[in-house]
Amino acid sequence: METLGYLAQGFAVALTWDKLMWSFVGVSVGTAVGVLPGLGPALTIALLLPLTYQVDAASVFMLFAGIYYGAMYGGSTASILLNTPGETASIVTALEGNKMARKGRAGAALATAAIGSFVAGTIGTIGLTFLAVPVVDFALRFGPPEYFALMVVAFATVSAVLGTSVMRGFTSLGVGIFLGLIGIDLQTGQSRFTFGVEELLDGINVIIVAVGLFAVGETLYLAAYKELRRIDTIAVKDSIWMSAADWSRSWKPWLRGALIGFPIGAMPAGGAEIPTFLSYWLEKRLCKHKGEFGHGAIEGVAGPEAANNASAAGVLVPMLAFGLPTSATAAIMLSAFQSYGITPGPQLLTDQPQLVWSLIASLYIGNVMLLILNLPLVGIWVQILKIPQSMLYGAILVFATIGTYGISRSVVDLILLYIMGAMGFAMRRFDFPTAPVIIGMILGPLAEQEFRRAMTISQGDLTIFVTRPLSLTLLSVAAIAILAPPLWRMTNMSRAR
Amino acid sequence: MNLRESRSGLFVGLGIIALAAVLAWQTSLIPSEAAYAQVGPTVVPWLVTAMLAVLGVALIFETSGERDAAEEPRGALDHRPLMWVIAGLVINVTTITYLGFIIASTALFVCAARGFDSKSPLRDAAVGLAIAVVVYVGFDRGLGYEIGDGLIENLL
Repeated sequence: METLGYLAQGFAVALTWDKLMWSFVGVSVGTAVGVLPGLGPALTIALLLPLTYQVDAASVFMLFAGIYYGAMYGGSTASILLNTPGETASIVTALEGNKMARKGRAGAALATAAIGSFVAGTIGTIGLTFLAVPVVDFALRFGPPEYFALMVVAFATVSAVLGTSVMRGFTSLGVGIFLGLIGIDLQTGQSRFTFGVEELLDGINVIIVAVGLFAVGETLYLAAYKELRRIDTIAVKDSIWMSAADWSRSWKPWLRGALIGFPIGAMPAGGAEIPTFLSYWLEKRLCKHKGEFGHGAIEGVAGPEAANNASAAGVLVPMLAFGLPTSATAAIMLSAFQSYGITPGPQLLTDQPQLVWSLIASLYIGNVMLLILNLPLVGIWVQILKIPQSMLYGAILVFATIGTYGISRSVVDLILLYIMGAMGFAMRRFDFPTAPVIIGMILGPLAEQEFRRAMTISQGDLTIFVTRPLSLTLLSVAAIAILAPPLWRMTNMSRAR
Repeated sequence: MNLRESRSGLFVGLGIIALAAVLAWQTSLIPSEAAYAQVGPTVVPWLVTAMLAVLGVALIFETSGERDAAEEPRGALDHRPLMWVIAGLVINVTTITYLGFIIASTALFVCAARGFDSKSPLRDAAVGLAIAVVVYVGFDRGLGYEIGDGLIENLL
């Protein structure tokens, strides 16, 4: 029960007034950006990355973790009331949640989403607490070939899961790796992909790429396509307290959602999309009121919402134990660690126990704060939805400017921001997922580094990746992840005929 | 697969191939004689170049059956609002070093709001100015960013 001792120490740090403030600001900002369409946790954390030069690591990670969890809660509010999912993890919530809202049951939908998020978020955090030590022990067995293979798994799953096709996912990933390679190669001192631009020698800052893709790209896209801008917010007319029937129909989906979400999130399998879809599918199968599915079944909100919050906790397992981000937000958090000179991975838990455990403790606290913010106080967030789009997107561009120009005072960075924005626009227009770009950019150089280490060990013998059992297993998993979706689609198509 | 869709596939595929060509050109400029490293600086760049080239070709031939449908209908592209936003961005980048963040951002805000169907530029200018000042004070004075000088910045 060493874990509980560490956790108690973590709480001792996280419960100080100073740290509680950071958590509270984090969950509030997180809920707000989750609610607002067009803003997400990855973008917000990217804009706040310069804080890492000013504030201590524990405070910053509590802030970021709060934003990360908060956006999950806020995303469901946007899905239910607007039918515009704030992020990919709440696409499924919109299916039944918005139907419920249209039937005047917005309050019940928001309640089951918030309480389910709390239950599942807490279960997920408990899972993270107790898995952290064993997973780290497992991670210690990883050498460079295994790390490289694990990153290949993450590349494969992220590309296969996000977006409309595997090819498009991989194209986005390739562009991301290219962006990550820009600058001086640290091992050989050669400059790569710098196009003779002096400012590119240090590489492109991930802030510029994230803000360009997510903020500028989204703004251009919405400006160009009026159809996408039409939003009607549904007012909350019913009570936000669920009836007895709602409770009895919700609690099992919450638990099932948590049990699906956490393990899938913890695997390097591309974050929250798969578990929410799986949970929706499962609840549809198990539901006794099948006729209601598609017309506002509460199970279809309770399950996926629980699944996405549990998977948010799960994503932190590979992130902290292996230094392996599997979502855009986690990738940007990884770059925050790098900015402190901390390398997430098996050593993190022994080198920085206080940081890790106070971060985990803050997740428990954040969940409680979020339940209060999103249930009794949900009215505040509904007000935020009334901000006109012209003001919202104008302000987003102002923030994008300060987030990039403000750190370097370089017009080159602003031009890069616009190039990334144009790319984000084109990617949305042609249905390419944007998250793999960020993941490729952060993970690409790390994968190259592990590849080189492995090659140094084997003295240039490529078979090292297939002769070590763990590495071989991981590479097989990656192959399955790439090949399964097209095969699945082909069988489905032949069945449909 | 209809004609429109196949044309967009061709367009996208050629775009990616063009990008791969640029990467190939840039990779060929990296000196690779680094005998002391098992994996030289050009290995991964060549891999990425090859990956994008193959994907570019594949995307040309991708059929609609191999893709999930896009989630929402987006309708036709509307040039005018897009031009307003782009105009705002261009004004921002060209004036920011001379007039300062606050004025450049206010102009950006007004243009962007106009792009999103706002009909009252004076109100937008007031709101934009307020946001820019608050953001400037918050980030420059509060968070320790160094946003630099400007006509209004120097008065604050």
